[in-house]
Amino acid sequence: MPSTAEIISRATQLFEDLQFGAAREWKAAQPGRKVIGYMPIYVPREIIHAAGMLPLGIVGGGDQLEVIHGDAYYQSYICRIPRSTVELGVSGRLDFVDGMLFPSICDVIRNLSGMWKLMFPHVYSRYFDVPQNYNDEIGGNYYVNELAELRHALGELRGRPISDDELRHSIAVYNENRRLVRELYEFRAQQPWQAPAAEVYLLMRAGLILTVDQHSEMLRDYLIAARAVERPRRDNCRVVLSGVFCEQPPLNLIKSLELAGCYVVDDDLLLVTRWLTADVPTDGDPLRNLALAFLHHSESTAARFEPNQLEKGQHLVRAVKRTGAEGVIFACPSFCDPALLDRPILQHVLAAAGISYIAFKYAENSGQMQPIREQAGTFADSIKLWSGQ
Amino acid sequence: MTTPVSTAKTSGKEVEKDASMQKQKAMMAAHYDRLTAVPETGAKVCNTFVPGNLNELIKCFDLLNNLPEINAIQNGLRRLSGNFVLEAEKIGHSEDVCTYVKSDIGMMAKGNIAPNGKKFPAPDVLLLSYTGCFTFMKWFELLREQYKCETIMLHTPYMGDGKFTPNMIEYMVKQIRDEVIPKLERISGVKFDIDRLREYLKKSAVAEDDLVYVLETAKSRPSPIDAYFGGIYYIGPIFGAFRGTDDAIEYYRFLRAEIDERRAAGKGPVTPDGDMGTEKYRLVVEGPPNYTHFRQFWKMFYDEGAVVVASSYTKVGGVYDLGFRHNPDKPLETLAEYCLGVYTNRSLPMRIDMLTQYLTDYDADGLLINSIKSCNSFSAGQLLMMREIEKRSGKPAAFIESDLVDPRYFSAANIKNRLESYFQMIEQRRAANRAAA
Repeated sequence: MPSTAEIISRATQLFEDLQFGAAREWKAAQPGRKVIGYMPIYVPREIIHAAGMLPLGIVGGGDQLEVIHGDAYYQSYICRIPRSTVELGVSGRLDFVDGMLFPSICDVIRNLSGMWKLMFPHVYSRYFDVPQNYNDEIGGNYYVNELAELRHALGELRGRPISDDELRHSIAVYNENRRLVRELYEFRAQQPWQAPAAEVYLLMRAGLILTVDQHSEMLRDYLIAARAVERPRRDNCRVVLSGVFCEQPPLNLIKSLELAGCYVVDDDLLLVTRWLTADVPTDGDPLRNLALAFLHHSESTAARFEPNQLEKGQHLVRAVKRTGAEGVIFACPSFCDPALLDRPILQHVLAAAGISYIAFKYAENSGQMQPIREQAGTFADSIKLWSGQ
Repeated sequence: MTTPVSTAKTSGKEVEKDASMQKQKAMMAAHYDRLTAVPETGAKVCNTFVPGNLNELIKCFDLLNNLPEINAIQNGLRRLSGNFVLEAEKIGHSEDVCTYVKSDIGMMAKGNIAPNGKKFPAPDVLLLSYTGCFTFMKWFELLREQYKCETIMLHTPYMGDGKFTPNMIEYMVKQIRDEVIPKLERISGVKFDIDRLREYLKKSAVAEDDLVYVLETAKSRPSPIDAYFGGIYYIGPIFGAFRGTDDAIEYYRFLRAEIDERRAAGKGPVTPDGDMGTEKYRLVVEGPPNYTHFRQFWKMFYDEGAVVVASSYTKVGGVYDLGFRHNPDKPLETLAEYCLGVYTNRSLPMRIDMLTQYLTDYDADGLLINSIKSCNSFSAGQLLMMREIEKRSGKPAAFIESDLVDPRYFSAANIKNRLESYFQMIEQRRAANRAAA
């Protein structure tokens, strides 16, 4: 049984590999295999998996990628993730990717879908729209048809239609993976010193590149290993990290928060790994099941319209209560419309609920962590010293 | 009828305006008066957005349409938006996000005063026509928090693959039929009458014909209109509260006659300083203008003899010149098709095709992109658009940057410098072409 250190070492290798070696190896292992890239925030990976393809999460280039070409495509006032993604593309790092999906998250990623069509005309690329209407007969039917289009397109790409049974099997496999992700999140919320935020993050990142089976195995191993060894417990406060759902914070930023005295007990990093909050039924019409799960059992986030004003932001209040958190840290990427436009509303909701928060911005290549560490440290101190407990 | 008139003095100099501009101004003023008279009249108000503005439907419920982008523009033109933006930032809105939103939020914080000096009414409903801009969703979530009124989402799928599908139309029609209409009936207390909608749609199509006629007069040499700076006046009624009305039909008929007269006389556009001099450069412009320095910005063009013959911005509230007209024979489908087709709901390749075609159709010298700092819907991808259009058309393109209503991002010297360089580039290109001929 591998130790946590060994598992995290493997996850770190995957994280640092900007050539996506594991996905390349997977593809090369068998003729005809295909890889479909996808960007934040959510795509139904089950359909890609059912086509026998590897879903590959692309979340920018991080702080280790030197962006040479990508900056020529974007003005200075546009966030960093599209430019580093373009860099990955034009530098050939994604030359093995057969298709790209650009989910409905913001106008920048939306427009990138059109850029991709122009820049890589031989790659299947699709803007993946999801309904903002949650009525089964309206948004539900629309989404079922959109899923059917994706299913058809991927079937064409592999040369054979995707069957219902293939879809049902993939749904079951991803249900299991999401159960493990939820278990890990719950474990961390209970004992954050046993599952540091940076480790949980690396495990989630591994889920973007490994096959779902490999990832589930990694999660199982980690849960066993993490429970087996007692780690030192610090006198940290507990926080929920919010706003980090698209452009990724540098790994050092996540580490810095814990070093500054904040255990991260919940976050909205890499939501695709747990977007659907309940198991998707494995019997009946698989596309309808995926659609209804999306409508009624999805994570709340800025890219989704909340029809009920009273419900707006309550997911954050519930996360705080569920995890025993003492505050919320809003970390938003610079120029990120969804995160930054949503933030004032969420802050008002937290204020009304008597929950403390702080906010700062970052970019995926932010290098200076000292100001963030100081801010988070002050926040932790204020919670510890003056929270009235 | 068409004699330019001098209007209120600004900076000691009288502003020349066409009679149509005066008429348009009076229409807009009357609409603001209707809005601010709500406490007396008891009319109900529906806030919604310009792209995907369903004015014909809104009118079926006797609701008054209030468009927050138009209010932000008015505040930009009147140099009020800068303080509103700062006010919004002071209360926690990021410096990175849309300045229309911040101008609106700041205006609310400062009393919510309309251009006529009276208070805007609180909306009875926010019709969130989610078309071509992600920010719209957050904007109305922010307003809902303030006004605590009902918000109706109408989701327009994006034309990512360069077309709309039957699934998209069906989705939108169902939203309109099963959710938007019943909710508007309940809020307004007015029963929906589809024949009333048909009548409005019929009127819309008449005005749309005349608008397209006017925009296409820019194919003449010299162009009798400026299809960007002047075009903003022309689109006001149809993109705003007047589509589907007799007022709009009358305005566009009037405008058409006025422009015909200018064209027949061989005149160029009317600018704030009077008739434009000799037309030297014909440009296609992509992106919205800056509103805080609108006249100064425009002057940089007409002083150099540059006229904009086609622009994408005048298509944000509907792309009529590519053939779309509101169709009373399929009233709900036509509303869906309208929303789907607005400029910012079109994929980047569609936008490139359109602008490249404009360069040919309007015999333009080149493309100018005014990239807006706080508008990702327009701005993300524009550098690639520029290169692609240059490659396809063989015509030079240039890139300038400003913002919609945040005066901090208007650098006159930078923009002027770039424009002058661009005009020199066009001259050089012409000289090279002459030498090669």
